[in-house]
Amino acid sequence: MLKEGNIRIPSGCAISGIIDRSGAVFSGQIIADSIATMHDRSNGLGGGFAAYGIYPEFKEHYAFHMFYDNTKAKQETEELLKANFVIAYEEKIPTRKTESIKNAPLIYRYFALPKLEVLNANEITDEDFVVKFIFNVNKNVDGAYIFSSGKNMGVFKAVGYPEDVAEFYKLETYNGYMWTAHGRFPTNTPGWWGGAHPFNLLNISVVHNGELSSYDTNRKYLEEFGYSCTLQTDTEVAAYIFDLLLRKHNLPVSLAAKVVASPLWNQVERMSLKEKELYHSLKIIYSKALLNGPFSLIVTYDNGFIAINDRIKLRPLTAASHGDVIYVASEESAIRQVCKNPDRVWIPKGGEPVIAEIDQQNVSEIFNKKEVTA
Amino acid sequence: MRTIDAKDMHYKDLNEMIKELVNAGEDVINLKNVNGQRYIGDNLNGSTKINIEGTPGNDLAAFMDGLTIEVFGNGQDAIGNTMNDGSIIVHGHVGDVVGYGMRGGSMYIKNDAGYRVGIHMKQYKDKVPVVVIGGTPGDFFGEYMAGGCMIVLNLSNKKDIVGEYCGTGMHGGVIYLRCNDVEDYKLGKEVIKEEATEEDLKEISKYIKNFSSYFKYDYDKIMNHKFIKLHPAGHRPYGKLYA
Repeated sequence: MLKEGNIRIPSGCAISGIIDRSGAVFSGQIIADSIATMHDRSNGLGGGFAAYGIYPEFKEHYAFHMFYDNTKAKQETEELLKANFVIAYEEKIPTRKTESIKNAPLIYRYFALPKLEVLNANEITDEDFVVKFIFNVNKNVDGAYIFSSGKNMGVFKAVGYPEDVAEFYKLETYNGYMWTAHGRFPTNTPGWWGGAHPFNLLNISVVHNGELSSYDTNRKYLEEFGYSCTLQTDTEVAAYIFDLLLRKHNLPVSLAAKVVASPLWNQVERMSLKEKELYHSLKIIYSKALLNGPFSLIVTYDNGFIAINDRIKLRPLTAASHGDVIYVASEESAIRQVCKNPDRVWIPKGGEPVIAEIDQQNVSEIFNKKEVTA
Repeated sequence: MRTIDAKDMHYKDLNEMIKELVNAGEDVINLKNVNGQRYIGDNLNGSTKINIEGTPGNDLAAFMDGLTIEVFGNGQDAIGNTMNDGSIIVHGHVGDVVGYGMRGGSMYIKNDAGYRVGIHMKQYKDKVPVVVIGGTPGDFFGEYMAGGCMIVLNLSNKKDIVGEYCGTGMHGGVIYLRCNDVEDYKLGKEVIKEEATEEDLKEISKYIKNFSSYFKYDYDKIMNHKFIKLHPAGHRPYGKLYA
C-alpha cells in the first residue's frame, strides 16, 4: 500500500446534520443515507454519528460510550466507574459484522449517575464531576476512551466510511430527533477510532470539516479551565470550547458563534456604537477561543444545533428547511438525497450561524428537566 | 436525443456514458435524477447540449471546451473551473469558487452565487469569459481577476450587491454592478470605480439579452437602471515589486 504523500486522494471531509424541531424522532438510516451521498469527500479513515433522543428509557442517566483496547483497560475503567457511579444498565454496544470495519476495539456503554456521597465529598456539580472523570479516564487509563457522555444521546464512530459505520452500529434501529454525521479525510492527524468525529463532552458534540490552525492556542486556553486534550485531533478543542461557552459561561448560542467566528476588527469598526462595544469586549475576553483556519462545523447541544463556517468561508455549507425539519450539509445533494423538495435551500455566509432548536414547548417534554418547586 | 436516469449512479459510470455520447456527436443529452455526481461535462468538447434535472455535484463543466449545460436546479461548488469554451445556465443558485481561472465561454446564474466567484479569470484575444449573476455573489468576487467580464444584477434588491474584498488584486477584465453605488471598503485597492457609459452598456447588452431570455426576465426592466463599472488601475500591479 502506498504511504500518505505518495498517493493523492482528492477529497475533503463531509458533514451533515438534521433536526426535527417538533421533537419527533426518526431513524438513523436517514442521516446515513445523507452522508453516504458525499462518500467521495472522505477516504475511509473515519466516520461517525451523534444521535439525540435515542435513550428515552435512561434519559436521566449519563450514557457513557467506551472504547477499550483490551480487557485490562475495561477492568480498570469499570473499577473507577463503579467506585464513583451508580450504574443503571451496562452492555456491549450492539454491532454487526461489516466487511470494511476492521480492528474494532471493545465497545461498551453504561448508563450511570454519580454517587451522591462522592459528589458531596467533592463539593462539585454532577456535570463538572463527570467531565473530570472523563478526562481522568482518557488521560490515565491506558487503552480506554470515553467518547460519548451525554444524556439521552450517543456518539457512534469508527475508522471507515460513514455508511459502513452506520451499518456496523445498526444505526437504523435507533430513533432520534437530531442527528449529525461525519465522513473523515484526516490531513494532519492519525486516522484512529478515538480521532473519528463527532467529538463529544456531555451533551455537546461537534462534527467538523477543515483545519484549526489555532489548535495549540485553544488547547492551552482550555487547559487553564481544566480541560485536557487527549484525542490527537484539532476538532477536540471545538467541543470543549462550546462546553465552556454554553455550559460554564452560559453564553447565548448566537454569541458563542461570534466567539469562534469573531467578526474582523475592520468589520467591528463599522458597527453601531452598541454593537462595537459588545464585539470589542467579546474579541478581547475570548481571543483565545477564536477558531482560526478553514472550517465548517455543526455543534449539537441539548435542544438544537448550530452550523457555522469560518469568517472568510473556506469550507462549504448548505442549509435547507422542510416543515419542522432543518438540514445542513457540506453539499446540497446530501440534503436532497433525504428530502427531495425542501421548502427553502440557502447557503449561509462565512461566520453567519444557522441555529436550529427544538420548539420550546417540546423541550421540557423531551428532557424532562428536574425543576423542583419549593 | 438521449435520456439517462442518473439515480444512485456513481459519477464515474455516469461520466463514461456522457463522454461516449458526446464523442459520438449526440445533440442533446437529458440527465434525470442527478444528485451530487461530480465532474459532469468535464474536459469534453463538442456542441452537445446537456440538460440536468437535479443537483449536479462539484466541479461541473471543469475544463469544458464547448457544449452547453443547462441545470434545472441549484449548482454546487467549483462550476466551470478553468473552462475554455461553451455555456452554462443554472436555474437556481450556485456555491463557492465558481468560474475559477475561467478562460472562455459563458455562465448565467439565475440567483445568488457563493464566495470567490471568478477568481483569476483571464482572457486572450477573442477568448473573453463572461459570468452573469441574477442575484448577488459573496466575498472575494473577482479576486485576482486578469480578464473577462462579470455582471451582477441583484434582481432581488439585496442590501449588499457584492461582499468584501471585491476585485482584490484585480489586474484585468471588467465587473459591472447593477446599482447606484458600492461602498469603497468592499473594493480592492487596485480597483477603479466609475459609472458605466452608454458604450459599456451596449457592450454588455447581448449578455443581458441572453440572461433575460434564459430566465424569462424583461430585458428593458433590467437595463433601465444605473450600472457601476469596476476595472483595474493597471495591468501590472506588481510590476515594480521586484524591479
